[in-house]
Amino acid sequence: MSPIVEIDNISKCFGSTRVLEGVSFTVRKGSVVAIIGQSGSGKSTALRCIDRLETVDSGHIKVCGHDVTGPGLDLHQLRRDVGIVFQSYNLFPHLTVLQNIMLAPRLVQKARKPQAHETAMAVLNQVGLADKADHYPSQLSGGQQQRVAIARSLAMSPQLMLFDEVTSALDPQLTGEVLRVMERLAADGMTMILVTHEMAFARKVADEVIFMHRGRVWEHGPASILDAPATTELRDFVGNGL
Amino acid sequence: MGFLNAAHLRFLFDGLLWTVGLSLLAFVGGGLLGFAVALGSSYGPRGSRLLVSLYIKLIQGTPLLVLLPLAYFGLPALGLDVAPLAAAAMALSIYVSAYLGEIWRGCIESVPRTQAEAAECLALRWHQRVWHVILPQAIKIATPPTVGFMVQIVKNTSLASAIGFVELARAGQIINNSTFEPFVIFVIVAALYFVLCYPLSVLSRRLERKFHVAHR
Repeated sequence: MSPIVEIDNISKCFGSTRVLEGVSFTVRKGSVVAIIGQSGSGKSTALRCIDRLETVDSGHIKVCGHDVTGPGLDLHQLRRDVGIVFQSYNLFPHLTVLQNIMLAPRLVQKARKPQAHETAMAVLNQVGLADKADHYPSQLSGGQQQRVAIARSLAMSPQLMLFDEVTSALDPQLTGEVLRVMERLAADGMTMILVTHEMAFARKVADEVIFMHRGRVWEHGPASILDAPATTELRDFVGNGL
Repeated sequence: MGFLNAAHLRFLFDGLLWTVGLSLLAFVGGGLLGFAVALGSSYGPRGSRLLVSLYIKLIQGTPLLVLLPLAYFGLPALGLDVAPLAAAAMALSIYVSAYLGEIWRGCIESVPRTQAEAAECLALRWHQRVWHVILPQAIKIATPPTVGFMVQIVKNTSLASAIGFVELARAGQIINNSTFEPFVIFVIVAALYFVLCYPLSVLSRRLERKFHVAHR
């Protein structure tokens, strides 16, 4: 099967700091890829480049058939095909859960209200929060807000979902409820790239693990590389997590 | 003493109405212009941002007592005839726009960047992001200081007397010129301004408290 994401030798600097150096990897449709690594290893930046929230200095990125690094990129269409969930949820505080989810389908897909409502309730059911439809984000726990954020992305039926440390702000119990939603999503065949610190989750759900270190792909392979690291850096990283 | 009669009071009341009318004109005109100023300085290209910030500094650095005669005497000198009401409304609107524009720019920029980013990632177009995500949140933040600034607008309309516009303060002066009871007259005038401004102050403070509670 042809890859849905192709990253070819991308590099990026923030000022004089090199954050990405010759990063390459591909993601097959329907697979789950976990990017791990220390803070500052460039993993979030790499993820953000895929949705073009960051631009690269050199190299090429292709996502869902869009030439992300090319001059003729249809940014709007890219964002329709790719969903992203952030560490800080970023729900719209002035809208209810239902309005949060219906906003993009109504405005972007021009969905009619009943149809958008139906979609919204379906994705809310998927994340187990149908009973919170009329609540405002501030009335929900962090875990619930994050599940709404996932539902909000799903309502646009993306081909690819990006998760940027989505459980880093949550306590273990809330982390669990968010990870269960993501696990079910993976089981349903969604293509997912996640930047995460949850090693157990990466081990269990990821088809592939990418270990980034100093802006490079240091190790790349099946989740089993976590149990048998080839480099001292990954061994130290995994070891510190225990 | 005791020359103040019903006709005087009616004259004062007319002045009060003009003060209210002029305040509304200044608020609506200044609000529309200020909205453009806020959008221009938040979202415009670099050149327009510079221009808008120059406009704000220029107007904020000019006394209203200069802007008013500039509109009333200056424009006719250029061949444009303006009535006192039009000149006062124009000068006040420009004056107000510089302040409201600056207040509102701050409110727009205080909406977290991540909100625009989230909307962008949901494929919302620029105008959809601004209209459906940023502005509703900015307006909530902007309401208390805007209502507070309306007090300044009401009081500043009194300067329109400098170009012969008979609003509340000018009406008081005129009556005093015939009755020579400055203490009585100006206490009444002050009380009438207070009646206009106090509810706005209270409303502003109440909105501010409500806003803070909502964000806790």
